[in-house]
Parts: sequence; C-alpha cells; structure tokens
Amino acid sequence: MSAHPEAAERHTLSMLVDNEPGVLARIVGLFSGRGYNIDSLTVSEVSHDSKLSRITVVTTGAPGIIEQIKSQLDRLVPVHRVVDLTVAGKSVERELALIKVRGKGEIRQEALLIADSFRARTVDTTLESFVFEITGKPDKIDQFVSLLAPLGLVEVSRTGVAAIGRGPDGM
Amino acid sequence: MMREMTGAEMVMQALIDQGVEHIFGYPGGAVLPIYDAMFHQNQVRHVLVRHEQGAVHMAEGYARSSGKVGVVLVTSGPGATNAVTGLTDALLDSIPVVCITGQVPTHLIGSDAFQECDTVGITRPCTKHNYLVRDINDLARVLHEAFYVAQNGRPGPVVVDIPKDVQFARGTYVGPENIQHKTYQPRLNGDPEKIRTAVELLAKARRPVLYTGGGVINSGPEASRLLREFARLTGFPVTSTLMGLGAYPAADKQWLGMLGMHGTYEANMTMHDCDVMLCIGARFDDRITGRLDAFSPDSKKIHIDIDPSSINKNVKVDVPIIGDVKHVLSDMLTLWRATKAEPDRQALASWWGQIDRWRARKSLSFQNSDAVIKPQHAIQRLYHAVKDKDVYITTEVGQHQMWAAQHFRFEEPNRWMTSGGLGTMGYGLPAAIGVQVAHPESLVIDIAGEASIQMCLQELSTALQFNLPVKIFVLNNEYMGMVRQWQDLLHGGRYSHSYSESLPDFVKLAEAYGAVGLRCHRPGDLDAAIQEMISIDRPVLFDCLVDQKENCLPMIPSGKPHNEMILPDHPEALDEAIDEEGKMLV
Ligand SMILES: Cc1cc2nc3c(=O)[nH]c(=O)nc-3n(C[C@H](O)[C@H](O)[C@H](O)COP(=O)(O)OP(=O)(O)OC[C@H]3O[C@@H](n4cnc5c(N)ncnc54)[C@H](O)[C@@H]3O)c2cc1C
Ligand SMILES: Cc1ncc(C[n+]2csc(CCOP(=O)(O)OP(=O)(O)O)c2C)c(N)n1
Ligand SMILES: [Mg+2]
Repeated sequence: MSAHPEAAERHTLSMLVDNEPGVLARIVGLFSGRGYNIDSLTVSEVSHDSKLSRITVVTTGAPGIIEQIKSQLDRLVPVHRVVDLTVAGKSVERELALIKVRGKGEIRQEALLIADSFRARTVDTTLESFVFEITGKPDKIDQFVSLLAPLGLVEVSRTGVAAIGRGPDGM
Repeated sequence: MMREMTGAEMVMQALIDQGVEHIFGYPGGAVLPIYDAMFHQNQVRHVLVRHEQGAVHMAEGYARSSGKVGVVLVTSGPGATNAVTGLTDALLDSIPVVCITGQVPTHLIGSDAFQECDTVGITRPCTKHNYLVRDINDLARVLHEAFYVAQNGRPGPVVVDIPKDVQFARGTYVGPENIQHKTYQPRLNGDPEKIRTAVELLAKARRPVLYTGGGVINSGPEASRLLREFARLTGFPVTSTLMGLGAYPAADKQWLGMLGMHGTYEANMTMHDCDVMLCIGARFDDRITGRLDAFSPDSKKIHIDIDPSSINKNVKVDVPIIGDVKHVLSDMLTLWRATKAEPDRQALASWWGQIDRWRARKSLSFQNSDAVIKPQHAIQRLYHAVKDKDVYITTEVGQHQMWAAQHFRFEEPNRWMTSGGLGTMGYGLPAAIGVQVAHPESLVIDIAGEASIQMCLQELSTALQFNLPVKIFVLNNEYMGMVRQWQDLLHGGRYSHSYSESLPDFVKLAEAYGAVGLRCHRPGDLDAAIQEMISIDRPVLFDCLVDQKENCLPMIPSGKPHNEMILPDHPEALDEAIDEEGKMLV
C-alpha cells in the first residue's frame, strides 16, 4: 500500500539558488535524505553580479512525489524559485556528451559514419581512437551511445540536462 | 547602528538587539572569545547546562512556553554533535531555536584539527537552515538572518557556526533594522478564492470536524483565540493533535480530546466519519492517520498550513490554504459573518448525537485500584492539585507522556511542552528548566518515566544552580512501558530488555543533587504527597511507584484505520491486533 499509487513520471525541475557554499549539498541531501531520485543534475553560476546559480534536476516519481519535491526545494532558504519545466509549458532540453571509441579498420569508418549522421563533432583523433562531441536531447545521446557500443566504446562523459522554457518569459 | 567591534562582541550585541534575555550554553575552546564578551555585559543571562542536548531542549521549552526564540551557545566538535538530538527535535516539532556553535579557525577547517567536526554538514538535515560564517563582515547580517529564519514561516532551528578567528576579527556591526531577507518571505495570507471555497464547504457540512495542531500554537495566542471564536460561531466539534493541546480549552463542551493513536474514541470516530474536515496547522502525521487508504474516507478536506510541503504530503486534500493560521482564520471568520453562513443546525444536532454515543464508550476509563497507584489516576490527581495554579507541563517520552496528554487538561496554549515528532526521551527535564527560566514564578512540572528521566537527569544540577524549582513527577513502572506495550503487541510478550533494571534510589539521587526527593506508592498517600511536592519552593524529584503492568489505551494499532481502535473495555484485543504488514510500521 502506498500513499501515492500513481505511476512514476519524469520531470525536469529548474531552480535559481544563491551561489553560496553548501547550497548544492543542501539540494542533493534533500533528495537522498527523503528518498527521491536524481536522474541528472547540472549546476552552474548564471549571474556573477547577483551570485545566482541555476540548478537543473531531472527526477522521476509519482505526481504526488514530484509536487513534494518541488515544495521541499522551494522552502529551502537559499532557493529563490523552482519551476517544473515539464508542466510549465514547452521547454528545450539539451545535454552535451563526450564519447571515446577505440578501434581500427572498418570499425573506425563505421563510427565516423554514425557520428556524422548524428551531427557529432570529432574533437580528438589518434590512429586508433576518436573522441566525439554531441549535443542534443538526452535520448538522442542515449541512442548515439548505444550505436557506438559495439564499435569499441571506451568511455562516456555527459554533462546532464540543461533546460529552459520556450517563449519570451523567464523563470 | 554601525560600530566597529570583534566578532565575539558582535554575537553579544546581536543577541541584545534581538531582545534575547537568556541563553543556554556550555563553554569550550572554540567559543571562549564569546564567553569572554559575555563576561563584559549583563543584559543577556547565561544558563550553564550540564550537557549540550539539555541546552537545546531548554531553549525549546523556553521558546514554546514564551513564543520567543530559544538561544543556545555551544563549542565545536563534541559540543556541536551533542546538540544534534535537540536540533532534530526542534526541527520536527517546529520550534524556533538559534544555536551558535564555535568552530576551529578558518585556516584549520578540513585538517581534522582538535575538536573539529563538519558542523554545517552534520546539522544540514536537522536544521531549518545553517550558516558557516567565514568572513567577519557577514557575521552580523547572518546572526540577524538566523533569528528571522528561525521564527518566520514554519519555525525551526538555525545553526550559526563561527570559526574562532572570526570571533577575534574586527569588523563593522550592523543592527537588525538594516537586514531584509532576499528570498525567504513566507506567505501569511491565504488565497481568498480558496478561503471562499472553504467557507462554502464548511457552511454546507453535515458532519464537520476541526482537526487542529501545533501550527495553532506556532501562530501565537491570537490564533487560539480565533480558533475558539470560529468553533463557537459554528458549533463544530474540535479535536487536536498532541502538539496542539491547549489551543482549544479542554473544559469546553465542543472539545473531543486528542485524536490519533492514543486519542479518544470520539475524536477518532469523528475524524473517520466526518464529511468536511478543516485541518488547522497540523500535518497528517502517521500517529493521526493510521492506515492511509482508510483515513476519513468520505470527507472533503481543507488544510491550512504555512508550509506548502505539508500540503498533500501524506493525505491529498481538496482545498489547500497556504498561510498563517491567525491570518487565515481571521479571514474565514470575516467571510463567514459577511456571507451570513449558517450551518445546518439539524444535521449538526444529529452529528453531536452520534458523537455523544461515541463519548459514552468512555475510552479513557481505566480500572482504578486501592492497592496500587494507577498511572492514569496519578495524572488525574496531579491535575486536580494544580489546575487552579499557573502551571506548565513538560513530559518525557513513553506511556506517561500519553497518559499526561489524555488525563491532564489544558485550557490555554503554550502550557504543554512535549517531544512529539522525534519522541526524544530526555526532553522533559531540560525543557521544564527552560520553561522555568521564562516563567520564574510559575509551577513547572515534568511528567516523566523512570527510564526517560535518566537520559538528561544531570540537568537537575542546572536547576539547583539557577534556583529553578522544577518538579519532576516520575511515573515509575520499572519498565520502559511503551516498549513493553509494543512487545505485547508485536512480539508475544517477550520483554527483551525493556525492564528498568538497577534503578537508582531516586530519593537519594535527588538529595545527592541538593534537590528534594519524595516517594509515594500507596494510592491513599498520593494527594498529600503531591501537595507536599508543590508546596516546596525547590526542585523536587517525586518517585511515584505505579502499577507496573498497565498499558496505555485506547490505541489504534499501527496499520489500522480509526474505526478499529482498541478500547479499555476490550484490552485483550491488543494481543492479536497487528497483522504482518502493520509489524513493519513503527
Ligand atoms: C510515543 C508517542 C505517541 C504519540 N501519539 C500521538 C497520538 O496519539 N496523537 C497525536 O496527535 N500525536 C501523537 N504523537 C505525536 C506525533 O508523533 C506528532 O508529533 C504530532 O501528531 C504532530 O502534530 P501536528 O500535526 O500538530 O504537527 P506539528 O509537528 O506541530 O506541525 C505543525 C504543522 O503546522 C504548520 N504550521 C506551523 N506554523 C504555522 C502557522 N503559523 N500557520 C499555519 N501552519 C503552521 C507546520 O508547517 C506543520 O505542518 C505521539 C508521539 C509520541 C512520541
Ligand atoms: C532517546 C530515545 N531512545 C529510545 C526511545 C524509544 N522509546 C520510546 S518510549 C521508551 C520507554 C520509555 O520508558 P519510560 O521513560 O520509563 O516511560 P514509560 O513508557 O514507562 O512511561 C523508549 C525506550 C526514545 N523514544 N528515545
Ligand atoms: Mg517506565
């Protein structure tokens, strides 16, 4: 028996926070302490003058849990504003990934072809390896990575999702 | 006011400017500069505790009984870690506390220096907010902000960690009048549309109930006054959580008693069968709801709460109203009068008829005895002895706490201090000391158990030092009674380590501290002994030997709905009350 029997949904939450020491620990601690999921997390300062950072969290949970996450975040003292981009209207989500593959001969050709069709850039080349850079929606990156997997995939580094609402208004 | 001074002086100045009259603390290397600054002034009185946990509970008792912020000062490392239980307690019960901790100098942070611990890291999840002040120029602002955050919105504990070099550094002090918090601006007034919907729902209710909680106390005495006014105007029945006792007078005929796991049958049945529930500053805690999917299944629920995260956390409500109790109740009253709302008197009369039938089950009754003092009887006699006095009650945690909640009757808010959310054994004595500091002329009684009282008993020494004549009324059943009761319930009566072995002689113990010890074990002697206790103008430890086997009823076993309560007329149901799923719950 559960208080929230609804099915889990994936939501992207964006928040503006004071860029002060410990603010990230506060947010991550809230998620782990209350048993919420973090699928992806990005943080960076967005305004040096007003010392504001923007944090984007992709999380999954039943609608009731998502609502809880939002109000739990909102009541943290250094959090200015939280927006659930998934419900706030249309938004753009992008992620950047660096992907290393290693191989020779045909496999190498194949990797280049795939990279080309995904509009990935080659940012490092050796005689037996490439590093590709790709930007896009997370599922596009998932797909790219899965195609490279049999072609000598060595490692993947992803930034996590950055997101922003469409249209003229800010959060 | 802007002035040059040291960090340590800023701490004292900020306390003075915040109107702080008392702080509870314990010195150590990392706070010595602050203790030195304290030495040079006499506006803030320092109460020296015997353990930092006690300091925080004292601050809680002080805060809850006076409506002010409780202030704590402790050293780094063990001073801070000892305070953690108290901070967590204050967080769960929404008590405004500012706790100042010393820290090793900034250049040593991270080096495992002597008595270093990551205080902000450790206390992050158990405070409303915390700060590490690395720069003297932030100190005054942070201190004032800490007071603001602790008492505004949903109150809670705030830690300010101050490295020793910052205490010595010189900087410019700014007063509280220049501080405005950028982001933390809790909403006080409820959404008028929601309030309108709520009033309409309530006016049409046939089986209404007011379910009130600690938020009414947090909102201040005006909120209790408005609650009474609203209840009188509507004629609706009123119940409260453990944390809200006293907001509504127990003597009133619309009072149903406490609800929840150990609440009255009438309160729980009224909650279960109501058609409109108005929750005022309560948080649908699991001690209240019982089995969630069976909680008040047919009601429309309105919830007034200042903290949006309390809304829909455990129970989905139909009309959430985010705001402060006194503001929202005042708006509801205005609207109720303006719209000439009139409840269905006939429906209400038959609802009260039903409630009276539930009352007739007398769910708080017990078999009294001439041979042995029944704990419930002891509370009732205590109540009768002190009810006309200016009295404050604190408790420890266990059966005695529940019996106190059931059998002591509170007519006013801020008179009842108990650890509800965390359930911290050891809370009661230091809390009583804090209450006594705030109310030196009043009678302050800690209703205790023989196990709990041993957790912070050392604070008796504090009571002696500061002439705080608190009374400790121990219901000594020689068991961790509440644990034993759950062992009856869940573990076939196998009392694994719940017997209070090797108890001290409490009378001698009291005397060793310089307090007065009293003991009573015959029902016939009880009244006289209680009279003696309250006539003594010094700390008293009263060892009241009570029936060892009594269980606390009524009770909703965990995992059960409200209408499956175990009542004192069928106590045997306790043995097989909980199914496998319920066993997982606490
Ligand atoms: C052994 C034991 C047994 C217990 N059994 C019971 C029991 O049988 N019955 C019972 O009731 N409790 C019981 N408790 C206590 C229980 O665990 C909870 O602490 C208690 O029920 C919570 O009370 P509350 O809902 O009033 O919330 P509180 O913890 O007092 O929270 C207050 C709520 O009001 C809100 N609020 C705060 N300030 C304001 C404001 N100014 N305006 C609006 N809203 C505000 C807060 O956001 C919060 O949601 C027991 C505890 C122990 C240790
Ligand atoms: C610090 C702490 N440790 C353990 C518990 C679990 N616990 C709850 S009640 C209780 C027994 C309390 O015994 P006593 O003080 O004698 O009270 P009684 O139930 O007998 O009235 C215990 C151990 C707790 N609440 N707090
Ligand atoms: Mg006991």
